[in-house]
Amino acid sequence: MSPGAPGADSAPLLELDGVTKSFGAVAALRGVHLALHPGEAHALVGENGAGKSTLVKTLAGAHAPDAGRMTLDGRPLQLRGPADARAAGIAVIYQEPTLFPDLSVAENIFMGRQPLRGLRRIDTRAMNRDAERLFERLGVRIDPARPARGLSIADQQLVEIAKALSFDARILVMDEPTAALSGVEVERLFGVARSLCERGAAVLFISHRFDEVFDLCQRITVLRDGAWVSSDRAADLTVDEVVRRMVGREVSSLYPKQDAPLRDTLLEVRGLSRAGVFSDVSFSVRGGEIVALAGLVGAGRSEVARAVFGVDRYDAGEVRVAGRALPPGNPGRAIAAGMALVPEDRRQQGLVMELSVERNATLARRRALSRLGLLLGGAERAEARRWTRRLQVKASRLAAPVATLSGGNQQKVVLAKWLATEPRILIIDEPTRGIDVGTKAEVHRLLSELAGEGLAILMISSELPEVLGMADRVLVMHEGRVVRELPRAEADETSVMYAATGQGAIS
Amino acid sequence: MSLTDTGAPAQAAENPPPGPGRRRGLTERLLAVRELSLLLALGALILVTTLRNDRFLSGQSIKDLLLGCAILVILAVGQTLVIVTRNVDLSVGSILGLVAFATGELFLAAPGTPWPVALLLGVALGAVCGVVNGGLIAVAKVPALVITLGTLYAFRGIDYYWAAGRQINAADMPRSFLRLGNQTVLGVPALFLVALIVVAAVGFYLRSYRSGRELYAIGSEPAAARLSGIPVGRRVFAVFVANGALAGLAGVLYAARFGTLDAAAGTGLELQVVAAAVVGGVAIFGGSAYGAALGAVLLTTIGSSLAVLRIDPFWQQAVVGALILAAIGLDRLLALRMAARLRGRSAHGA
Repeated sequence: MSPGAPGADSAPLLELDGVTKSFGAVAALRGVHLALHPGEAHALVGENGAGKSTLVKTLAGAHAPDAGRMTLDGRPLQLRGPADARAAGIAVIYQEPTLFPDLSVAENIFMGRQPLRGLRRIDTRAMNRDAERLFERLGVRIDPARPARGLSIADQQLVEIAKALSFDARILVMDEPTAALSGVEVERLFGVARSLCERGAAVLFISHRFDEVFDLCQRITVLRDGAWVSSDRAADLTVDEVVRRMVGREVSSLYPKQDAPLRDTLLEVRGLSRAGVFSDVSFSVRGGEIVALAGLVGAGRSEVARAVFGVDRYDAGEVRVAGRALPPGNPGRAIAAGMALVPEDRRQQGLVMELSVERNATLARRRALSRLGLLLGGAERAEARRWTRRLQVKASRLAAPVATLSGGNQQKVVLAKWLATEPRILIIDEPTRGIDVGTKAEVHRLLSELAGEGLAILMISSELPEVLGMADRVLVMHEGRVVRELPRAEADETSVMYAATGQGAIS
Repeated sequence: MSLTDTGAPAQAAENPPPGPGRRRGLTERLLAVRELSLLLALGALILVTTLRNDRFLSGQSIKDLLLGCAILVILAVGQTLVIVTRNVDLSVGSILGLVAFATGELFLAAPGTPWPVALLLGVALGAVCGVVNGGLIAVAKVPALVITLGTLYAFRGIDYYWAAGRQINAADMPRSFLRLGNQTVLGVPALFLVALIVVAAVGFYLRSYRSGRELYAIGSEPAAARLSGIPVGRRVFAVFVANGALAGLAGVLYAARFGTLDAAAGTGLELQVVAAAVVGGVAIFGGSAYGAALGAVLLTTIGSSLAVLRIDPFWQQAVVGALILAAIGLDRLLALRMAARLRGRSAHGA
């Protein structure tokens, strides 16, 4: 039984069979099949967290699969590192550019493969000339001698593309390369990809933009929750069918949000803009309401949250809390005004992993808990106990370092930390990422309870069921803008997904 | 130049085509500015000192200066290799001390040893110390700062244990070897010539060789270096071995120059070395071996000119401190200017 699409007319260049990869308890890839044929552009689609980026890193040699086979030209392929992948002719353009800011553009392209002259010296002139030729092929003008620092995201992406081109790759993997490119640049990129295909290379294209997927690719593979769903000829599929396969499951009532009486508007954001990140974002959240910010990774949701809270600056717009303007770029004032931000990456931004549960839980309250500037154990412990009990944190003892807890319990500690500040507005970024189903339900119940107590909650989530189950209103962001606002009754998987992929405006 | 920016998206055609490979990169030009500023500071310092005391520019005085800075220059250049990769090696003073004492011991045990053999053995011993540093860093995956702080004490401890309070004197060493420390070639101290060769070799390597550029890549963005298939671990290991070898070379030269050796030789030198590299601009742009060498020359010159100017030695520390802060300030300023220039040049605005 071949997972390859029907009517595969040539032997695959690169084939993955049953590739599995786990990180701790989380299975990122579960028995994935993929067959890349020479001369063909193949699309890989799936929701956030479906395992696309893990698959890319596996192909790049950055992750070694736990199980499964990879074959290149029918021969087993084992990648011990990125250098092996390159040697095998696999070039990868990552979602996030991976450039060396201090080195010149040309060096970034040719690192490790610089043209040489006598005494094995680097021939800088030849290198710059070669880089220029690559840019000519791409139809862009970037000075090869300038440092990569300060390049716009689009230019950085173009440098990455030039790098991939420079090695005459047989397999070109592009992980959302077009997110930062303009229409003209996308067309050029596609021209290059097509000419590579004509020369017998295989292209793996990852994108959330369905128009591009159908424009470029002959075959589409859908991943869901780390598992392979289908591989078909693009001609046999429709956008609706692809979206249906990506989403897959029924929306369950696992995430009930009880209706709470709506109170006054607590958070109001008007015309918030930051060049190149998000623009003209306006919304408001009332007490007792949960508003979800939905959208794809990179749509600018977390950036908006960080700007609202004052961690990041913004160029224009204003944030009002209960009618009073909040000064920009000042998280201290935001906290004082009753705002709390539970960040996306709890290991890096939310917790001090080496410190104890009680220290972490009271970190944001240390001023209120101190007497004459000293933090005395008793007050800290009492406060920590109050919140960890309410959130049912499972820790051996309150003095245990947070690093020893499970992901779900860590998330509860972060929540406890911010709830201890008794906020009026809670901004929570990916509240249940990487935590088990049972704890997920608890977190959801808690959010619902908090809304019932009159908190205004702004929730960012990439999990559609969570968004649909929890939110009273859904704001869908696409490329830095709020493109749709859907009340609970109108929000469903398809409407949110369409808007998030930029289809809403077209259809 | 072209003032036709009317808000329309800047199209590629607006920018004049850059001449292929003719112009030097902006980073290189800024590094040149950085090194020029060091030369200017050095020139100003020498000028002021000479105005106060014209013997400061006499042949002998210059010779002393060159002799005095040679060892620091070698160490600073070695340290540059390490700092470029976002690491630091604090153990160089101890390696120097250990190798210097070992060289003395070698001549005590085998008085007939020709000096080139002693030189090679010293370099080899330094490289072994570098292997210890590099190996521990690779195995323990602990920042180099911590590991080399440990080996700073460990190497010094071995030195003390070995010396057991003894002192080796010039009389114990062959004359041919000691001459190496004081000889001049066409009026230039041989030691300084050795240092110049080291500067030129390392500077050339860092600039013109693939593996040299990879060191900058590692320091610029370690994660990207790994993704581009650069053998990061192996390169960092090699850098510590090379720096150890250069510290070993400096140790042998130290023995030749001073003749009198005990276990305390080179104590505290590591901070001067790091200071020279920082003043030379290695910390922020990646920098170059030439900058670090100039930093070492400047620091040495400050030492002797303050003495000539009869300024309390207490002030020397303060002056060095001020110089480090000024150098960092200058780097920051240049970085900001560079960022502004680069933004202005971006072909795809907004």
